[in-house]
Amino acid sequence: MFHFRLDTSSGVPPYLQLVHQVQQAVMLGFLQPGDRLPLIREVVESLAINPNTVAKAYRQLEQENLVTGRQGHGTFVNDSLPAAVPPATYTSLRLGLHTWLRRAYAAGLDDQAIAALFAAVHHQTKAAETA
Amino acid sequence: MTTPPALRTRNVGKRYRRAWALRNCSLELPPGRVTALVGPNGAGKTTLLRLSTGLLAPTAGSVEVFGESPATNSVRVLSRISFLAQDHPLYRHFSVADLLRFGRSCNIRFDHDLAVRRLTQLGISLDARAGRLSGGQQSQVALALALAKRPNLLVLDEPLSRLDPLARQEFQQTLMGAVADGDLTVLFSSHAVDELERVCDHLVVINYGRVVLRGEIDALLAEHRVLVGPRVRTDPRGSRSVIEIKHSDRHTTMLVRQGAAPIMPGWQANPVGLDELVLAYLRRPADHEEQIA
Repeated sequence: MFHFRLDTSSGVPPYLQLVHQVQQAVMLGFLQPGDRLPLIREVVESLAINPNTVAKAYRQLEQENLVTGRQGHGTFVNDSLPAAVPPATYTSLRLGLHTWLRRAYAAGLDDQAIAALFAAVHHQTKAAETA
Repeated sequence: MTTPPALRTRNVGKRYRRAWALRNCSLELPPGRVTALVGPNGAGKTTLLRLSTGLLAPTAGSVEVFGESPATNSVRVLSRISFLAQDHPLYRHFSVADLLRFGRSCNIRFDHDLAVRRLTQLGISLDARAGRLSGGQQSQVALALALAKRPNLLVLDEPLSRLDPLARQEFQQTLMGAVADGDLTVLFSSHAVDELERVCDHLVVINYGRVVLRGEIDALLAEHRVLVGPRVRTDPRGSRSVIEIKHSDRHTTMLVRQGAAPIMPGWQANPVGLDELVLAYLRRPADHEEQIA
């Protein structure tokens, strides 16, 4: 059964944290088509979290077509999912980013400069890809 | 189909002798939601909670619980409300079983088996005297009694103060589990702003006896932004959308409402945290509240 975590000091709203965890698990293939997400009641009891928050997260995941709620049965991961990124690919991308960040620190860029540079290049690359 | 709000107050006020403890307080709690009532000591929190449960009658305005005034002592409405006072008071010399028997004989609706089940799950013996239980266990007994009434509106006054972190977590688990079971609206007062996001979806902030901020937490966070930019000479304090403004030598930080509005060039907009938001509203001087509510 999938386990949620909650970090109340992260500044990310709790419902979004739940959404992100499912998105990431699907991307990495930890959640697969047909898997059942924990019942709202189960999440509430394990995290001591507001059930309306869990329901809101599940609604958003349904809107994103990642899961489907079946009345009285639970919420299940959909069949047609974006292809999972193989963990090896994910690790290698992570490593590449890590190396790049080390170079950026060494060059004296601070957090804001790095974020700004990333946002700018991301924006530009995406525009070029879709053009 | 419209269901009446669990609680609706309209311009409600309460005066003790000469001083107003609460003035012009209007709010609505949608059913099935969990609302936190936040404010400094003396802001009027307990007064509002007592008005909501019919323990006090308002001096001005009206209070309705599911469309009825709780102060009329109507059994129909009072049987739907549970109130857990501060420090979860119990009769110290009663055993847990005696407390349950007492609860059963004083209430029309009282799910004795539900309370026994909850307490057994928590490993609390029915034979134990209430005064001998730990603080966390006492709070669980008080909550089990309040929930055994199967209320539709549960009002709690500072339920988490004086509980250690583990007991807090267990208390919140029981409380949120009861909300998940359905047909329950919760209103509780709290000082622990940092813990609210986990358990609440709505927020009411009061200060100087008035409501200074209210709404759905996610919506409130989305509406507010912290703007940081070069120091401004003018002081836009008169503007309704500027909640708080601070200057250093070279830059200015502002908390503003209406976060979607375009920002000035050279300025950065950052999301605001819940505790930051609450504290900013509480820091506003008393003459500001007219503009907000």
